[in-house]
Formats: sequence, structure tokens, C-alpha cells
Amino acid sequence: MSLALGIGLLAAAGVYLVLQRGMIRIILGFVLLTHAVNLLLIAAGGVARRDAPFFGGDTSSAADPLPQAFVLTAIVIAFAITVVMATLAVVGRGDDDTEPPAAGHDTDAATQEAAP
Amino acid sequence: MIPVIEALLPLFVGAPLLVGGAFFVAPAHHRLRQVLGAASLVALLVGAVVLVVITADGTVLAHQVALWPGGIAIPFVADAFSSLLLLVTAILSTVTFGHLITSGEARSPSIASFVLVLAGGVAGALLTADLFNLFVFIEVMLLPSYGLLVILSRRGDLGGSRLYVTVNLLASTLFLAGVGLIYAVQGTVNLAELAGAGDDPATAIAAAVCLSAIAVKAAVFPAHGWLARTYGAASPAVAALFSGLHTKVAVYIIFRISAVIFEGDPAWMTPIIIVATITLLVGALTSLGESEMRPLLVFQMVSGIGFILVGVAVFTPAGLAAGVVYMVHHMIVMGSLLLIAGAIEQTYGSGHLSRVSGLRTREPLLTAVFVVGALSLAGLPPFSGFVAKYALVQATAEGGQVLVAGLLIVASLLALVAMMKIWAEMFNGKRHADVELLAAEARIRERHALLDDQPVDADAVAEEAALAVERHEPPRGAETAADDDDPHEHRGTRVPVRLLVPSLVLAAISVGLGLGAEGLLQLAEQAAAGLVDINDYVRAVIDR
Repeated sequence: MSLALGIGLLAAAGVYLVLQRGMIRIILGFVLLTHAVNLLLIAAGGVARRDAPFFGGDTSSAADPLPQAFVLTAIVIAFAITVVMATLAVVGRGDDDTEPPAAGHDTDAATQEAAP
Repeated sequence: MIPVIEALLPLFVGAPLLVGGAFFVAPAHHRLRQVLGAASLVALLVGAVVLVVITADGTVLAHQVALWPGGIAIPFVADAFSSLLLLVTAILSTVTFGHLITSGEARSPSIASFVLVLAGGVAGALLTADLFNLFVFIEVMLLPSYGLLVILSRRGDLGGSRLYVTVNLLASTLFLAGVGLIYAVQGTVNLAELAGAGDDPATAIAAAVCLSAIAVKAAVFPAHGWLARTYGAASPAVAALFSGLHTKVAVYIIFRISAVIFEGDPAWMTPIIIVATITLLVGALTSLGESEMRPLLVFQMVSGIGFILVGVAVFTPAGLAAGVVYMVHHMIVMGSLLLIAGAIEQTYGSGHLSRVSGLRTREPLLTAVFVVGALSLAGLPPFSGFVAKYALVQATAEGGQVLVAGLLIVASLLALVAMMKIWAEMFNGKRHADVELLAAEARIRERHALLDDQPVDADAVAEEAALAVERHEPPRGAETAADDDDPHEHRGTRVPVRLLVPSLVLAAISVGLGLGAEGLLQLAEQAAAGLVDINDYVRAVIDR
């Protein structure tokens, strides 16, 4: 139950932040969202059995190692992309809060001509 | 022989990744990197041809990594469908890499690595039969794309790249959540073990989470808006590369999940056909409103994704085969058209329909390539588009979806109208007086590596433009021609032939596929047979 609540809270907060303007808030939102998904993966393996999987030979109480491997991989990937996003947030001159220019090359020139 | 080939399957993923990684650390000479990168891509292409030849009779190759027993090991599987797509993606990456080299965009030393890692990730996503590995390979495929987008982003603003990263990360997170849910209800993420699991409602919902995440990546309505924004901001060659690889890999996964997990259950195919029809109409209509060549083509791409998905939603052998043929055709033709747009943008400094005009009289080769691409996209014989559209419309009508078949024809007509819009404004008509100035400005910007919003001295531009007009002698007999009133008509800037070669190759493939459609249709039917009857696939993955 606490796991489900945790996933729900993290996902809700993550979605809220992702919908904000500004790259930093979006990044924080994604951090929360990926945490929610990681918890979901852990929960997918069943949390009732939690012993170390490879000791003692008795596997009846051993944790399922596969979701743990999933989470480990997912954490690494999410971390890498978070770094890419953080880089994108600080390089480039564009401000996220301004209106995006329309796609294409000289749209700006075209609108300037049209303006006067 | 066959077991050896099976053991070599991981090489399709590993070799490009290793070579690409080696480029990052080895202090190789720049030209050497380009040559080695191109050679690796050609090797991948040759390997894909071999795979297609082997799997063309319905053989399914499967390799369990590290020889763990089936069900525990991470499997690599190649059937007719994935081999065919691997071949087309290899063709596209090779040709696009050629364009990156000839257009000078591969000057940055990491481009070769990025393209190779991208090709490796795509090969992995096509060959893996494990949902979690699929997620990993999609990320492997996306990370170099972020690099390509940022490094080759032309306008110095990274808005497009930011949107691309955000959308894709959101979709990946959702996909991962779907994989977690599938594991929670089924205890496995091996596609073969999940065969037919869509009967169970909980599994069906979990798989639907995965499908909706993949639909975002495939730019299916209503999540298609990000595509035009990001592909419009990317460099043209990169847009061509992504159009062939990223969205089509997502479409491939939709094919695979629909076939293996849902087994074409009509309850799940009905929503897909509705969404696909809306996608193809929205894409076709939106592209008519665009006033620049590249966004117009990108919305045609959205429309094309709708076409392909109609094929999977019909889920008859004929429908699936038509979808596969359409996918192959669309990847080739879209690549060709986007590379032409890139050549025009690079030479004339603009892809705006109202800024560049009169290309027909000045650029015979470019015009020929464009006409082939445009007519093929619209679906006129003898090009590949005709074969693909004819097969698709026929299969849809036979599958009982007459209304959808009619809408397919309407969307094709809209595509023809969109192509005629480009033709009328860019190719026909008189050359604008300031096109020479635009082109001169583009050359100066490239020479001095100026960003698009940095000012350029107007006198220098005029001087450069005058130079270009003088440099090219008028062709023999031009003085006596009727168009004496336009001194620029036969002189001045031309698109260099080396920029046209990649799109020419793709256009030639489109013609070849149109004339030799029989072979492609047979391959597609084999691919469709593998999707309709998944027993061979399951046996190859689990029973070994």
C-alpha cells in the first residue's frame, strides 16, 4: 500500500512539474516520474519476498532479481538523459518562456517584411 | 551454416556500437573516420542483404545471448519482417551519411560515431524479442539522436532539440511503466512467452500502455505535433535520417506488439484503425497549409504513418503485406524528398516556397529527382508509391473497410495537391530576383560558420552574388533564347551534383521498387505471414 501511494504521489508531482514552463522544472518533473516508474518496476517483482536471491540455496523467500536488474538499467538510462536535458537547459540562447519561432529558416525575415 | 549466422546476429548491434565507440576514443584522422564510418555502414548493409536472403523463405533465426536456455536468455530474432526493415534502415543510414559528408555537415568529428551508434540501436530494436531490451535499444538509438540534433541544429536555438528530448523521454518513461506492468501480471517480458497474452484483460491493458507510448514516438494523432517542430528545426539530412529510422522503428514495434500480444484481436484493431485514419487525414490536410518545403514534407510523413497503420489495423495477410510495402516505400521516398529539400536549403539558403522559385529551368537533375519523389509519394505509376497504395487500398477494401479505403484515396489526392503546391511555387514560375542574393548569403554564412540570425554585410552579399553570375558562362545559344530579359536565367548558383547524388540513389530505388514490385511484394507477403502466424517465431525463440 505504501509503495502504491508512493508511486501515485511521485507520478502526480512529476506530471504536474512536466506540464510547467521552463526546462529546469520539466527536468525535476522527469526525475520524479522516473522514480515513480522505478518503484513500479520494483513492485512488479513482488515485495513480499526480500531475501538476497543467490545465497543459501533456498529460493522460496528470495527476491526476484529481474526487476532489480531492470531498475538498475533504467536508473542509468534516466540519469544519462537527465544530464543531456540539464545540458540543453543551460546551453543555447533561447529562453523557454518565450514563444517558439515557427520551424524553418527565414520565417523571421518573412514576418519582418510582412510587418510594416 | 545457419547456426553460425544466428550466432552472428548480435554483431548487427555490437559492431556499429563498437566502431562508433572506438571513434570517440581513438584519435583517428578526420577523413579516415568518415571512410571507416561509411565502410561500417556498407558492411551493415551487406549483412542485412544476407539476412533478407536467408529469411525470405520464412526461416526465423534466433540467438540466445550467452547460450542461456530459451526464456531466460536475451534473444535476438530475425524474421522476414525485421530483416527487410533492417535492410531499408541500413540503406537509409548509408545514403544519409553520404549526404552528411558531401554537404559538409559531417565536419564535426563526432558525427560518424553518432550515426553508427544510431544504426546499432536501430538494429537492436528491430532484432530484439524482449520488451525491456527494446526499451534499452530505443534509448541507445535516441541518445546519439540528441547529439545529432544539437550539433547540427542550424539556427542556434535549441527549442526543437529540447522538445524532442522531452517528448521522447516522456514516451520512454510511459513505455517503461508499461513494461513494468506487463512483468507484474505475466512475470516475463519475453515477446515469445507473451504470445497471445492479450486475451487476459490485465495484460491487454499493460500492453496498451506500451502501445500508446510507442504511438507517441511514431507521431500518431493526436500526439503528432512535436514531429514538425523538431524535424523542422533539425538539419535536413538529420531529418531524413530520423524520418526513416525513428518513427518507422516505432511503427515496427506497433506491428510486432499487435501481432504477437494481441494476435490481431479486432477489439484492439478497431481503435488503431480509427486513430490511423485520423492521422492520415490530419497529416495530409495540415501539410497543405505549410509554406515551407520541409514542414510540408514532415506533415506528409505523419500522413504516411497513418497509411502504414491502416495496413496493420486491417490485419489480414494482404493488409499487413500492404502495410509493410508502404512502410518500405515511404522510408525511401521520404528520405529522398527530405534530402532534396536539404540540398535546396543549403544552396539557396531558404526552403520557403515563396522565396525560391523557377528551379525547373535551371536545375534539370534536381527537378527530375523531385518529380520522381513527388509522383511516388502521391502514388502514380510506375513508382513504388503506386504499388504500395494500390495494395493498401485493395487490402483495406477487401478487409471490409470500404470507407477507410476511400479516405486513403482522398489522402493520396491531397498529397498530390501538396506536391503540386511545391511544384507550382518552387519549380515553376520565374526566378526571383533576390534568389541569387539569398544563395550568396547562404554561402557566406557557411564559409564563416555564421548562425542564421547573425547579420551579414549587404555589400559582401551583393559582391558574392555578382561573382556567381559571372563565374558561370551562359550555355551555348543562350543569347538567342527568348528569355533575354532575365540575365540570371542561365547563370548563377546551381545545386552541386554531389548534394543530389544521395537523393538520386533513393529515387532510383523507388523507381526500381515500382518496376520490380513483384520481389518486394513477395518479401512483404512473407513478412505478413510471419506476423499472422507467430508459431515459427515463438518456436524459434523459446524452444531452443
